[in-house]
Amino acid sequence: MNIPSIDYLLDESAKNNQPIWQIVLREEQADSGMSIEQLRERVEHTYSVMRDAATGGISSELKSVSGLTGGDAARYYKYFKNHKNLLGSLSARAMAYALGTSEYNAAMGVIVAAPTAGAAGVLPGVLLAAQEEYGFTDREAVNALITATGIGAVIATRATISGAQGGCQAEVGSGCAMAAAALCDVMGGTARQSAHAAAIALKNSLGLACDPVAGLVEVPCIKRNGMYACMAIAAADLALAGVESFVPPDEVIDAMYQIGCNLPSCIRETAEGGLAITPTGLRAKRRLF
Amino acid sequence: MFDILGPITVGPSSSHTAGAIRIGLACRIILGEEVKKARVIFYGSFADTYRGHGTDKAVIGGLLGFNTDNVKVRESLQLAQFRGMEYVIDTAEEPRYHPNTVRIEAQGATRSINLRGISVGGGAMRLVELNGFAIDAACLYDTLIVFHKDTPGTLAGIAQTLSGSGYNIGNLRLSRDKREGDVITIIETDVPVDGETVAALRQVGSVAGVVSIPKF
Ligand code: SF4
Repeated sequence: MNIPSIDYLLDESAKNNQPIWQIVLREEQADSGMSIEQLRERVEHTYSVMRDAATGGISSELKSVSGLTGGDAARYYKYFKNHKNLLGSLSARAMAYALGTSEYNAAMGVIVAAPTAGAAGVLPGVLLAAQEEYGFTDREAVNALITATGIGAVIATRATISGAQGGCQAEVGSGCAMAAAALCDVMGGTARQSAHAAAIALKNSLGLACDPVAGLVEVPCIKRNGMYACMAIAAADLALAGVESFVPPDEVIDAMYQIGCNLPSCIRETAEGGLAITPTGLRAKRRLF
Repeated sequence: MFDILGPITVGPSSSHTAGAIRIGLACRIILGEEVKKARVIFYGSFADTYRGHGTDKAVIGGLLGFNTDNVKVRESLQLAQFRGMEYVIDTAEEPRYHPNTVRIEAQGATRSINLRGISVGGGAMRLVELNGFAIDAACLYDTLIVFHKDTPGTLAGIAQTLSGSGYNIGNLRLSRDKREGDVITIIETDVPVDGETVAALRQVGSVAGVVSIPKF
């Protein structure tokens, strides 16, 4: 599915007096030949996979395949359940679910790439937490996921969602923008507010390096999913208050791409820079390979 | 849409796991029979990190016929032994290749193929070499791989058979080997081609084989 711009989504949305998710569904229907009902069913199934992964991740102390990471999601979830926490209930829940999903991913569990496996925690973390806090229906959650997909599709069309090409801003940054738009949508925001939530979230991810220790999707990826879930909530909150991104969404996406092209290759998934080549990072790598 | 929200896959990496499963699965489909023996050669980043990413389990899982959302991929190495599939995992260097490259030499009871695939991010992959022919198939659409000879009328016959059954060709690419006159033609269609039409294609001119790969 190629969606050329956020402006296109907003124009169509205004012209037809429809939310973003309806425009995205219409485009996908034309593209795939699947019916709206089939598409919705598939997204519903996707959401249930997300729920299973997040729950699987927090309920037991998973170890990653490499043995490098694991157990933090369960640790944080227990703390959240038993103590007063600093984040507040929505963000704390989102943190736990995002960490859980990413740990589940590192343990070779079944997850939904959103938009990639490395960034799989942010969107479900935010949406599942918000559903528990605010009690919206699965149908509304599915709409929000479709809104997020529209934002992700524009990023993939105009820029990139690959860490090897654009650094982590393209993966977790995109996931964060998608999550912000989804949350804004499901909390009653307008199409424009969702778009600006995405822009604010992506702006705050610009330049993010991809420097995974030992080349594995674990350090810093797992905690980063938790942190950016919280940031997505902040971005949605700003947008819902009427705050807009000074630089319009499409231009932010273009800026992300331009920065990605200028990032040296050592911080684009090659594990040749940043955290990957710290003494600790190198020690971990030597121990593993 | 489901390339952004998806694929649904075993972790940990869309490029090093999901894409690799799809290349393995495509190899199994092209071979057209159970894999008895396989040699898997990883290049670049695949060679460096395949253990931590389970890329070996991913490719072998694909060769056993598992798709990305199948948890059995995790135990694929044991399952391969259980099913009597022999495999070796090797690494090699070839700087000209894409950093996430795998070559699979797969052997079944009656056939063998040599396939090179690259994983291009987000779970997407491309098949770039088949039995020494440079090809390009991303399998994002329903795809037919047709093996035939470079004889007049064959390509027209293929196109006629497809259009006669009401299929629209979205894309068609052919790779030729001048010396032997062998051709591999890759055809993408808007909807999956039914078995009857695939059987009819096998009867066209110099066609030696047809494989249908459903879109991922
Ligand atoms: S640091 Fe790299 S591997 Fe990890 S989530 Fe970000 S882009 Fe993916």
